[in-house]
Amino acid sequence: MRFARRAWIVVWKDLTIEGRSKETLNALLFFSLLLLFLFQFALGPDRERLASVLPGLLWLGFILSGLLGLGRTFVGERENDCWDGLRLAPGDKSAIYLGKLAGNLLLMLLVETTLLALFAVFFNVDIGPAAPGLALVVGLGTIGLAAIGTLFAAMTAQVRARELLFPVLLLPVQVPVLLGTVKATEAVLLGEPLGAVAHWLRLLAAADVVYVAIGVLTFDFILDG
Amino acid sequence: MAADPAVRVIDLRKAFGTTLVLDGISLEVRPGEAVALLGANGAGKTTLLKILATLWRPTRGTATVAGFDCARQPERVRERVGLVAHGTLVYDDLTALENLRFWSVLSGATVGTSDLRDALAAVELEPFADERVRSLSAGMKRRLSLARVVLARPEVMLLDEPSAGLDPQGKKWLEEYLQVFKARGGAILMATHSFGRGLNVADRIVILAGGRIVLERPRTTLTPDELARLYALHTEDGP
Amino acid sequence: MTRALGWLATLGLIGGLVMGFGVAPREVTQGNVQRIMYLHVPTAWVAYLAFGIVFFASIGYLWTRSDAADRLARASAEAGVIFTGVTITAGSIWGKPTWGTWWTWDARLTSAAIMFVMYLGYLLLRGIIEEPEQAARYSAVLGIVAALDVPLVHFSVYWWRTLHQPPTVMKPGPVNMPPAILAALLVNVVAFTLLYTYFVVKRVNTLRREHEVLA
Repeated sequence: MRFARRAWIVVWKDLTIEGRSKETLNALLFFSLLLLFLFQFALGPDRERLASVLPGLLWLGFILSGLLGLGRTFVGERENDCWDGLRLAPGDKSAIYLGKLAGNLLLMLLVETTLLALFAVFFNVDIGPAAPGLALVVGLGTIGLAAIGTLFAAMTAQVRARELLFPVLLLPVQVPVLLGTVKATEAVLLGEPLGAVAHWLRLLAAADVVYVAIGVLTFDFILDG
Repeated sequence: MAADPAVRVIDLRKAFGTTLVLDGISLEVRPGEAVALLGANGAGKTTLLKILATLWRPTRGTATVAGFDCARQPERVRERVGLVAHGTLVYDDLTALENLRFWSVLSGATVGTSDLRDALAAVELEPFADERVRSLSAGMKRRLSLARVVLARPEVMLLDEPSAGLDPQGKKWLEEYLQVFKARGGAILMATHSFGRGLNVADRIVILAGGRIVLERPRTTLTPDELARLYALHTEDGP
Repeated sequence: MTRALGWLATLGLIGGLVMGFGVAPREVTQGNVQRIMYLHVPTAWVAYLAFGIVFFASIGYLWTRSDAADRLARASAEAGVIFTGVTITAGSIWGKPTWGTWWTWDARLTSAAIMFVMYLGYLLLRGIIEEPEQAARYSAVLGIVAALDVPLVHFSVYWWRTLHQPPTVMKPGPVNMPPAILAALLVNVVAFTLLYTYFVVKRVNTLRREHEVLA
């Protein structure tokens, strides 16, 4: 109960600050739009070709905006030594991790939904029938990405060259999530039943469980030592 | 645990790489006692406070607060210590009240809004409770951070240059608060390199130089002139 | 002690060369190129062993905070990266005559390459953090994340390269390997394991002496 209250106050604090400053969200939405233009320019106007690489592009977009957004998880804590305050607050530090993770999930899902809508409009894809399956895949993939992303953001927050180190550490670890989501998204967009990609969904779910568990168990060592 | 001093430091050493910042410090602070740490920049005052606050681990030696080891039982120590350091620990986009609520809930305290407002009233910030901290002056932010520490009801106060950046209102309030805190049995360890009125609360004066204690005396045995002379003597040849 | 280990490893490697080039017969379909296997397979095995040791040493460090565990993790990661590099290179050289190209996105090669990049990041993190205690703590967490990620990488890359879900991922090895080839392989596996052990022991000693000089 106390644990939940402590996790919730972190979510509440981050969302309140984000709601007032809108620093991260606005930049990420704008970035998503730019990505869309970039993909279009890089691949030309050929709709057929675009359709075949769409799942890959979509997840590339999610991961790139995720890198930017997740990397900022602890930026606000460096001002006024709030980082020290988090360490000194008595109580289980994993509550802070779960709070930060929940905030990140919300932010990423918001950006991803927007990006998905933009894709649907600009590339003329009908995602309506695939929506439930797509929601499942995006949800599973985003949890995995955010779980390790939040942990690594804490790890690189106090380190030199963090903007560089964060993606360099995160991307290789996220290969299973990237492969699984791209393959599953492909199948879902083609209208295949979810059963056809059940093994990928299981892999994603397993990755989520492993990643969140690692985050909960090791966050204390990152924040505090 | 009544026999335990509030703060006990035994032969404490802290090295960063090959530089020794603390070189064998031993010190005790009893409940109801206030000790002032004097010394030039780099004498090791902040390092000592950070180890006691559990932010850093000692390289050698032990530091305990109320009998709990700072390195091995940090959670127990954190429940008992209030740290006032350079950082104000405030979020600029939250209001004064929201800042207090965040830190008290995160610390596991169950305080109502009226308690939070009382704490703000104590540091004369009540009229600004619902203003975003960004619009407050630096002195007001420092007072807000004092309200946060006070709200946690610590047994030991660790203060690092508490009067730096504090406005006259804040200084007056802090002095009064520390006197009451002491009278109720709280222990105070305060680092400073100014010896103005802030020293009045101190019972003992400790001068640090080069990571060692070079002087330790009851405050009443020292006149201000004498103190100034001794301070200059010990810090001039310091590193 | 360390020196003895060094000689033992040297002896093993000589034995491995003799077995690989002298005793083991020329493979029928692939010809002499197949002999790269005596380098490729043992180094791959050592790489996995090394990262497994990083994993346990990392847990050990977070548990006990002993510098020895941290030095073991570091030394083992360095050796693991080197051996992964060798195994990828050997695999790629083996691939040229057999598949006609230096690099294919073969499941095992790809997994090894991802592992290589992951642990290179581990060493990068270690190098960037100056405070030794913080470096030890952070890299221990990364060592745990990376090790638990390796099986996931394995599965995902394997499925990615095959259209449908295979019955098992752990394919049984070539059972009907001629005994001479199998023996040569085993000798080399032992030899490279000894070489790895020698590297790690030597490196841990150096790191300990470095620490003693600084302290």
